[in-house]
Order: sequence, then structure tokens, then C-alpha cells
Amino acid sequence: MLLIPWFIGMALFRVYPIIASFVNSLYQFQPIRGTREFIGFDNYVRIVGGSRNAYGDWVWNFPHFWDSVSATLTYVLLGTPLVLIMAFFVAFILNFKLKGVNLFRTAYYIPSILGGNVAVAIVWSQVFGGDGPVNAILSIFGVDPISWTRDEFFAPFTLIFLSAWQFGSVMLIFLAALQNVSPTLYEAASIDGAKKTRQLFSITLPLVTPVLLFNTVNVLLRHFQEFNAAYLITLRGPNRATDFLVILIYEYAFRRMQFGFALAMSMMLLLIIGLLTLIVFITSKYWVHYSD
Amino acid sequence: MRRITKMQVNAIIRYSILTIVGFILIYPLIWMIGSSFKHNIDIFGNLSILPPAGRWTFEHFPNAWQLTSRNTMIFYYMNTLRFLIPQVVGQVISCTLAAYAIGRFEFPGKKIVFTVVMVTLLMPELAFRIPIFMLYRDLGLLDTFASLYIQNFFAVNSFFVFMIIQFMRTIPRELDEAAEIDGCGPLKTLIYILVPVLRPIIITVGLLTFMWGMNDFQGPLIFLRSPDNRVLSLALRMILQDYEVTHFGQMFAAAFMALIPTLAIFFACSRYFVEGVTQSGGKE
Repeated sequence: MLLIPWFIGMALFRVYPIIASFVNSLYQFQPIRGTREFIGFDNYVRIVGGSRNAYGDWVWNFPHFWDSVSATLTYVLLGTPLVLIMAFFVAFILNFKLKGVNLFRTAYYIPSILGGNVAVAIVWSQVFGGDGPVNAILSIFGVDPISWTRDEFFAPFTLIFLSAWQFGSVMLIFLAALQNVSPTLYEAASIDGAKKTRQLFSITLPLVTPVLLFNTVNVLLRHFQEFNAAYLITLRGPNRATDFLVILIYEYAFRRMQFGFALAMSMMLLLIIGLLTLIVFITSKYWVHYSD
Repeated sequence: MRRITKMQVNAIIRYSILTIVGFILIYPLIWMIGSSFKHNIDIFGNLSILPPAGRWTFEHFPNAWQLTSRNTMIFYYMNTLRFLIPQVVGQVISCTLAAYAIGRFEFPGKKIVFTVVMVTLLMPELAFRIPIFMLYRDLGLLDTFASLYIQNFFAVNSFFVFMIIQFMRTIPRELDEAAEIDGCGPLKTLIYILVPVLRPIIITVGLLTFMWGMNDFQGPLIFLRSPDNRVLSLALRMILQDYEVTHFGQMFAAAFMALIPTLAIFFACSRYFVEGVTQSGGKE
């Protein structure tokens, strides 16, 4: 009885959209006439297919898709480890009986809360702007100003730094896990003569691996979803360097009203996310340590 | 004696690292605040937070308050609240109900339902928004605030449902059973027995919903069209495009004012945020 609203919600807003996505990805939409026409898997062929041209060179049907895949994966695969390492490092330092831990905890968490706000995007684009503070610091070290938002190489890093800036929530989860590690384990280890670094790798790390798995999947998904920053700060990026899949999908769905094509790309995105998550889960058997 | 000094050195190193990291993290925000009091020519090319002595200006704030040529900031705040308040109310009620039902009762197919929920958790919001957009278009719901909050009334956000379930596990079932013996139905048990205990986590859910809604830009961008329905995040995006040329101080003042409610709520309730996130990581 109590579950009825939840069931309706799940059916209407979660299950139905997935089915509707797949079904509609088999159609071609005519935005002006407002009609659609069944074309089978043609949208998918247009996305992932290619052919040889007159010179025998391979040409993709829709190279933008592959540009976006590469931009997305660059961002995801560089951003995720950076956030995880930073979060663990800071949590590790915070996890000692220090006065004022609560103050630091709160301060580090602020960026996570403000996160995707458009106001933050505004600030970020200026902090990394031509004459902004970042370049001002670099100039002290004699580095020439970098065009952080307009340069093909640096634009992804501007967004990765913004993501790393929001490491607070991940850090708090690590911290909670670290505080759960029983102090008797450390005492036993130091009696056995284990050094501090040895303790870190033999006790602390194995015991937080379940939480590391949780955080990895979480951060991975957050990076795949990143929309605001790329849309607002780097404006899809020079030479499509930050034209993430979500942005490309948004463009085709809501700007060009080509829902079928956009949905086919969205299914491809789900496939990529699914595969990557699956890899994380399968390999987790080898690196996640479950006590008892 | 030597041991103590070594610990002190250690503590000093830790505090220094923490302070430096903290300063770097907060710097963009205080730079933003400082810059909204600077003349445009004083903003760039230096690292200083405060305006140069005697060169403070307060003119950016009234200008930024008139956010667009059509409306002031208060108009966009009110529009944001028009979808945000229903979002928070809907989310809190529906997620608590769903968590109670899932956490406390057995029903056939529970495993399957769980699997479905886990899978939907892996999917990006945008993947759902396209078909929902098409559905709302057919129902004539586009460009209404309802299009942004309807789903919050159906406990669609499994993340929050799990968060409440996790918290509920710490409440002994004997409490429910005692209430039942005293003649409370399930709904009464929930309202009079569990909700008071669940209060902190419910507040966390409400606060996080509020923050996410405040930050949401993609949703309004997709579902809202007319200028009358423009919310704060959309209006801010317009100034990002328009001001880029010269009005930097004004832009920072607008960004600062847009963040004030979020920051105020965060500082007033930071305990709930920190504990909520810690909870979501879960022990298992």
C-alpha cells in the first residue's frame, strides 16, 4: 500500500523512460512536421558506423560522436582518480586527533555544496580567465599566461580542476570509513613492529576498499554526468575538447529536435557507463577486501 | 620528551597542509566576494582579495540586483522557490514513505525491485530527461514549474530512499512493534514513532534537495521556455554571456548574491549536511 506512489514513480519516471528511449531511438524525427518514421537501427549505424572513401581511407559516418567519446573519457579517466586521491589524502590527514577537525571538515565541504551552481561557473571562468588569479600566480614563476578555457589542451584540465575542487563529499565518506577502523589494529601492528607506512598499506587501505569501491562508482558517474561546467565555462571547448557526450546528446535532442538520433546516442552512453562500471565491479573482486 | 616534540612537529605539518588546502579551496569564493567591491580595473592581474585601499565601491550591487533588463533578482529568486519548495516537500514525504515501506516490510519481488533501483542509480539524469520531455510535451506540461517537481512526489530519487533506509536500520524494530500493540496502524507508527527519530536524516534529505534544485541548470534549461518562468540559474547564465565584455564587478556581485541563500543555509545547518553525507557512504 505504502509502496504505491513509489511504484508509480519508478514505472513512470525510471522504467518507462528507458523503454521509451530505446523504442524512439529506432525512429527518425521530423521536427518541423512533428512526425516520426521507423528506421530500425539506422541511427546506431549512423553513430558508430563508417566506410572507406574513394582513397581507401576509413571515414566515420559521424565523427563528432567519437570526438565526444574521447573528450568524455579523458575527463572521466583523469578526473576520477584525481578526486579519489585528493579525497583520500585529505581524509587521511584529518583522521588524527586534531583540534578543529570539524572546522576543516565544514570548510572543505563548501565547494561540494555549491558545486554545479551557475554562479560558481561564472567565478571559475574568471579565476582561470586570461588575467585571472591562476595566471597571476603562474606569472610569478615566469610562466606565460595560459588560455585555460580556450586552449584545446588546457580546457579539459580547467574542468577537471573544478571537479577536483568539489572533492569534499567524497572525502567525508572516506573519513567516516577511516574513523571506523579500530585503533586496536594499529596498536597490534605497532607492537609487531610495523612502520607507519606499512600500517597504511597493510591495514588502512585494505579496510577502506569497500568504501573506495562505492566512491569510485559514484565519482565515475558524476563525471559522466558533468554538463554545467562544460556547457558554461569552456562552451563545449576549442576543437570539441570538452564536448562531452551529455552535451552532444543535449544539442541533438533539444536544439535540433532529432530525438531518435539523440536517444540512440544516449543508449550508447548508457552502454559505455555500464561497461566501465562492470569493469570496476568485476576487478573489485581482486582489490576489495571484505572483513569477516 | 623526544617523542612529544616529534608529535608536535607532526601536528604542525598536518595543520599547515590542512590550512593551505583549505585556503586554496576557499580562495575562489573570497576572491569573488572581494571582487564584487572592486572597480573593474582593479579586479584582474593581481591576487589580492580586497580592493586597494580607498578604492572600495558599492555600485555593483544595485546594478546586479537589476539582473536583467526585465526583472530584478527577487523575481528570479521567487521563480526558483516556486519549483524548489514543492520539490523539497514532495521529496521528503515520498522518500520517507518509500523508505519505511522498503525498510520495514517484506513483499514479493523485493530482490528484483532492488536490482532495478540499483541499475537506475547508474544512469545519468539526461538519459531520463529526453523521454520525460517528450511525455510532458504530449501532456502539455512543458514550460510549467510542475514539470520540474512532479517526479519528486514519487520517491524517484533512490539515493535519498537508501539514505533514509540506512538510518532506519539503527532504530530497533521493537519500537514499531510496541506501537502496533498499542493499536497504531503502519501510517501512525511512521508518523508518531519513526519520524521523530528520523528527523535529522529527513532534514538532510530536504536540505540536499534544496541545494541540488538551487544548482540545477540542465532541468530548467530543458523544461522551461518563457521569460516569465525564468529561474535564477537561467538568468545567471544570461549574464555570463552578456557581461563577458566589461561589467566584471557587476557579474561578481550577481554571482555573490546568487550564492548567499545557499551559503547561509549551509552555515546554519552544516551539521546536517556533514552527517548526511557520512551516512550515505554507509557502513556496509
